[in-house]
Amino acid sequence: MEKAVSGRVIGRTQFEDLVLVPLYAFVAALVLGAVVMFATGVDLATIGQSFVALVRGSVGSLNAVSETLTAAAPLVLAGLGLALGFRAGLFNIGAEGQVIMGGLAAVVAGVALGGMPAIVALPLSILAGALAGALYAGIAGWLRAATGAHEVISTIMLNLISYRLLDYLLRTPLIQKEGRDDPISKSIPEVAELPRLLTFIDVNLRVHAGIFLMLAMVAVAYWLLFRSKLGFEFRASGENAIAARFAGINAGMTIVLAMCVAGALAGLAGANQVLGVLDRATPGFSAGIGFDAIAVALLGRSHPVGVLFAGLLFGALEAGGRQMQVDAGVSIDLIGIIQALIIVFIAAPLLVRALFPWGFRRGPSKKEGS
Amino acid sequence: MKAIRSNRVFSAIAVATALVVGGPAFAFTACQVTDTGGIDDNSFNQTAWKGVQDAIEDFGIEGRFLESTAETDYEANINSLIDGACDIIVTVGFLLGDATRDAALANPDQPFSIVDFAYDPEIPNVLGQVYATDQAAFLAGYLAAGMTETKIVGTFGGINIPPVTIFMDGFVKGVEHWNAAKDDAVEVLGWNLEDREGLFTNNFDNLDDGRAFAQNLYDEGADIVLPVAGPVGLGSATLADELGIDQLKIIGVDADLYFTDTERQHVYLTSITKRMDATVRAVIEATMKGEFEGGLLVGTLENGGVGLAPFHDMDGLVPDDLKAELEALRVGIIDGSISVSD
Repeated sequence: MEKAVSGRVIGRTQFEDLVLVPLYAFVAALVLGAVVMFATGVDLATIGQSFVALVRGSVGSLNAVSETLTAAAPLVLAGLGLALGFRAGLFNIGAEGQVIMGGLAAVVAGVALGGMPAIVALPLSILAGALAGALYAGIAGWLRAATGAHEVISTIMLNLISYRLLDYLLRTPLIQKEGRDDPISKSIPEVAELPRLLTFIDVNLRVHAGIFLMLAMVAVAYWLLFRSKLGFEFRASGENAIAARFAGINAGMTIVLAMCVAGALAGLAGANQVLGVLDRATPGFSAGIGFDAIAVALLGRSHPVGVLFAGLLFGALEAGGRQMQVDAGVSIDLIGIIQALIIVFIAAPLLVRALFPWGFRRGPSKKEGS
Repeated sequence: MKAIRSNRVFSAIAVATALVVGGPAFAFTACQVTDTGGIDDNSFNQTAWKGVQDAIEDFGIEGRFLESTAETDYEANINSLIDGACDIIVTVGFLLGDATRDAALANPDQPFSIVDFAYDPEIPNVLGQVYATDQAAFLAGYLAAGMTETKIVGTFGGINIPPVTIFMDGFVKGVEHWNAAKDDAVEVLGWNLEDREGLFTNNFDNLDDGRAFAQNLYDEGADIVLPVAGPVGLGSATLADELGIDQLKIIGVDADLYFTDTERQHVYLTSITKRMDATVRAVIEATMKGEFEGGLLVGTLENGGVGLAPFHDMDGLVPDDLKAELEALRVGIIDGSISVSD
């Protein structure tokens, strides 16, 4: 823990931790990404062209911004859940499964509520997604609290179960699309869809009302974590579980609740995808969001505002990566490499400090990491 | 962070680098969106992309592609090509059907062509490319029944969708045709014609699944396996390579895998070819001449759109009688005297 010598020192350390390290990690990852391209025989002009395309495809036009936001929303939502878990000392690998269960529940609710007006159908569908995610994550929380089963193992296993459960449920008559033999759900009726926001400008703009959900949840997560009793209990348990217990915090309850809240947010990410983007559920609809969100939460240093910016960055990489493929013919896999490299550098702050000495305070910061 | 993706990273970059874009402006640009198998899958997507590459070589056009790494990419990928001034957008795969329809209806002036999907009613700016793959698979089934020593052959699919199951339909009917003609009892594992259920990996990109499914079929006694799942089948080929071809032979799909999967070419008895390269090239040529029309293009044994690849290294293993019977069947299917659909 940081030494709180004065208010200014804390601000400075936080600045280094929250802004400088992620920023330098991103720069280092871009440079190494370029090296990887060069090493695999891409010429310098194409490398330059691909980075221009990366910018152009992420923020260079209205459509680019729309795509960045569309890709960011589920990452931020699931990332917030993971960040809350991290704060409570829980390493939840199960966001992917929670995204799947949330998305599936949103589809079921959306289809069932097709006859209702939008004001009823949409909120209930979203709520169904959150609830399903919370319950599914709650299993792992309960296992941890009641039996001591480690949540890393149980959430990974629950992920595997969720894939098969999805395959199976998508083929049940209640959910499966009429006239199809493959696992694919019915389409979401229009009343339960998250409306697209900018189709009056261009029908191809995909940004939808899920971004408001995303922003609202950032605020809720911030309030929960730093302004509520429950959030205090999460943080206390995460910092020092033994001290928290002696302070009268119910450890088991905290674990279950933290997992449920994390799962609810991941479930919202799933609901956001099916109600706002995909219009249906298919076996691959989660698309690794739950795993990418781990990276987003780490990059955002488990701070709700940090997660928002990290999610926007990853969304921008996804949208820009597509443009990189179109303009420069560089493989989308490179984006995966850059994302992974960012995480490597984030996980090794000392390496970042060694590579980029500029802007870091000498002295107090060196005592960090005890 | 996506494990499935990472094992293809280097080969994919290598392929991508072969396509250095830039320089002079091209008069015509053909764009392609792949399914999740990726552009270098040695079978489905790669065959369709070869059609664009052939067109690049023959007509001097420019070609671009976008790989879908997840089903969530379809719409976004098509969208980013609509931005990019493509003269034709070719989407590859049945699963892109809905996304392609939506994009085509929203952009009525943009010509589209989709592999493996037929719209009913037709959309004026979409040309569907579909294939009577069961005709060629029928031959492969007959061949497999004639070649098996355990009297058990197996198949499995990627996802239970018509362009996959049509292979399995033809394969099973080919085996049944052999059984009826020879009063034999060769069994097919992995696909039930009546209730339309069978073995499916539910993805088109996991090579480990291909290995595991082939292992299961082998354990049940199958000595010839037909994987209908794009690159997933490469995992099955690896197993056959390790077991040896006297234990397990593989029938390839889409491309002649003897040529595209050169490391394991000796395990392929034959391949059921689906000449997406030919139809994609034809669509590009027609569009260049201003003759693009929405509708349907059907590949058959007769027009060479589907076929059975040569036996290559296994040519000596296939009895001459069987070869003659296969040729007779081929002629019969083309002239209509033999039906593969009942």
